[in-house]
Amino acid sequence: MEEKEFFQKAADSKYAKKIGKHTRLKESLIKFFFAVNGTMALIFIVLIFVFLFKEGFKALDHIGLLDFLYLDRPDASGNIERVFQWYPTSEEPRYSLIPLLIGTFLTAFPATIISTLLGVGAGIYLSEVANPKFKEFLKPMIELFAGIPTVVLGFIMLVVGASFFNDLLNPANRLNAFVASIGLSFVIIPIIASLTEDALHSIPNDLRMASYGLGATKWQTISKVILPAAFSGVSASILLGFGRAIGETMIVLMCAGNAANLTSNIFLSVRTMTATIAAEMGEVSQGSDHYYSLFFIGIVLFTITFFLNLIAEIIINKMRKKNTF
Amino acid sequence: MELKKRKIDFAGFLSLGIVRLTFFFLVLILILLLGKIFIEGINVISLEFLFDEPRNNMTEGGIGPAIFGTVAVTLLMVLFAVPLGVFSAIYLNEYAKDTFFSRIIRTSINNLAGVPSIVFGLFGLGFFILFIGKNLDDVLQTGLLFGQPALLWASATLAVLVLPIVIVSTLEALNSVPKSHRDASYGLGATKWQTIKNVVLPQARPGILTGTILAISRGAGETAPILFLGAAFFLPNLPVADLCIGDYCIPMINPTEQFMYLAYHIFIMATQSANPTKTLPIQYGSTLVLIVLTFLLNITAIIFRYRFRKLLGRL
Repeated sequence: MEEKEFFQKAADSKYAKKIGKHTRLKESLIKFFFAVNGTMALIFIVLIFVFLFKEGFKALDHIGLLDFLYLDRPDASGNIERVFQWYPTSEEPRYSLIPLLIGTFLTAFPATIISTLLGVGAGIYLSEVANPKFKEFLKPMIELFAGIPTVVLGFIMLVVGASFFNDLLNPANRLNAFVASIGLSFVIIPIIASLTEDALHSIPNDLRMASYGLGATKWQTISKVILPAAFSGVSASILLGFGRAIGETMIVLMCAGNAANLTSNIFLSVRTMTATIAAEMGEVSQGSDHYYSLFFIGIVLFTITFFLNLIAEIIINKMRKKNTF
Repeated sequence: MELKKRKIDFAGFLSLGIVRLTFFFLVLILILLLGKIFIEGINVISLEFLFDEPRNNMTEGGIGPAIFGTVAVTLLMVLFAVPLGVFSAIYLNEYAKDTFFSRIIRTSINNLAGVPSIVFGLFGLGFFILFIGKNLDDVLQTGLLFGQPALLWASATLAVLVLPIVIVSTLEALNSVPKSHRDASYGLGATKWQTIKNVVLPQARPGILTGTILAISRGAGETAPILFLGAAFFLPNLPVADLCIGDYCIPMINPTEQFMYLAYHIFIMATQSANPTKTLPIQYGSTLVLIVLTFLLNITAIIFRYRFRKLLGRL
């Protein structure tokens, strides 16, 4: 019997329940209701892109794209001097994003390196070393660590951490990129640790058993088999952590010192992109060049984190496909 | 045949030791951090501290208005975000076909979760205050009522911020309800909505609740987006207005006013207070309250998820 015929017969039989007009209308109304909600959520997502870019690109009408990199200005003796400064409120405003970018990376890079060392270690411990029963208790602890509000971490680094590192290392500025990056790493370590744990956990047990069967020790199995197999997942977790470090606001606002220094010295105060928006948006007059340039920083921030997240997601998706044996 | 005895692997032993140490180093730091806040904060905490308003230029008194503001903002945020998030997740998982378009929506929702929170603040300012608020004022002829930073816009912005969390966890919860249960329901002659209402949603409820609670805790701890959306340093009055129907008046949250916020309060006290050392005990006290609040929420979420997984294990 043809499939179509079968269903037709089934529908025509006396057991088939006919769906009434009323029910059908109700069903389609309910579907419409959910579709409206889905569309609204999508509209919000699109609006974020649209508004950010609409406001940010207005900055380019008044401030050239090149002005966001540097400003050429003549000094007293008539020589042209190239300045990389963020001074939007001065008489002669300077809008160079270079010091802000440097500040952002000077806090985010060290934070990511510290967090990678500690976070991947913690992830390996959770997935491969810890007693499974003990792990049931430890994993929620990592999640609690991740749930600490960033303003709390900023606060504790400001009142305790900064003094501690001041006495220990005697830096040039009490609040500096290093203190901020330690604070940032508190945020990223749980992210890297839990994603690394997920990646290692998704490696099939057969690989471990095969490795043990060949006479490998536990550490040889971890370092030569499990970690290489989970490499893409671990690197995705590091990318996501790096993205979070770039986008984090409160810790860098409270601990990095907020001076737009053009420096590679990690013990000097720096100013990040996020902290600049947070500190200046409250006082800026709406519609001014300064106002639009803050939105422009938002675009830069959005673009960097968007691509980091996208790459991480592509890697994770590929890994999922590969690991479904 | 005798098995060859392996040599002791010193390098491996050392490496495993380092991995163990790393983890316990982290736990130690966590304990030190929380312990410090707890020890310094517990002395300040009293019923008075929790309910009183700040006095004497913030050097005395409590954090009552800040707690009130936090609860008010998160309450409104949940009202905005949870229905929208849950309904759109139901649409995505149950109704929408797996097309290129729906995959784009999923990807952008995942990506939205990684957008820096300060960018949401910019969005709130540009969209809610300057676009919707200003236009509302023009249309309703209310003068400057909606077109300025206020509680309403802060919670709307936080709602957009936590929307991805709600959607993703609801999707996960709906997705883990076995397809066979749906088929069984259809086989009994139930319609799609009856199946969703009676079979899918009851099973997905703990997962949805987990997402909601995580959203609340995220909102209560988030500071950056509300910095310029209506959080105030100090307000003598609570953002409350009487809603009168005839002669009968009940005090309601007034969404058009500014508000105090616990997380913002900590930030301001720590960085911009006139006398940071004198207010340090109060800062520790506020921090302890915020931590306890978010931890209670997170622990509840973890318990809910644990029970959800156990329920799924039984199926």
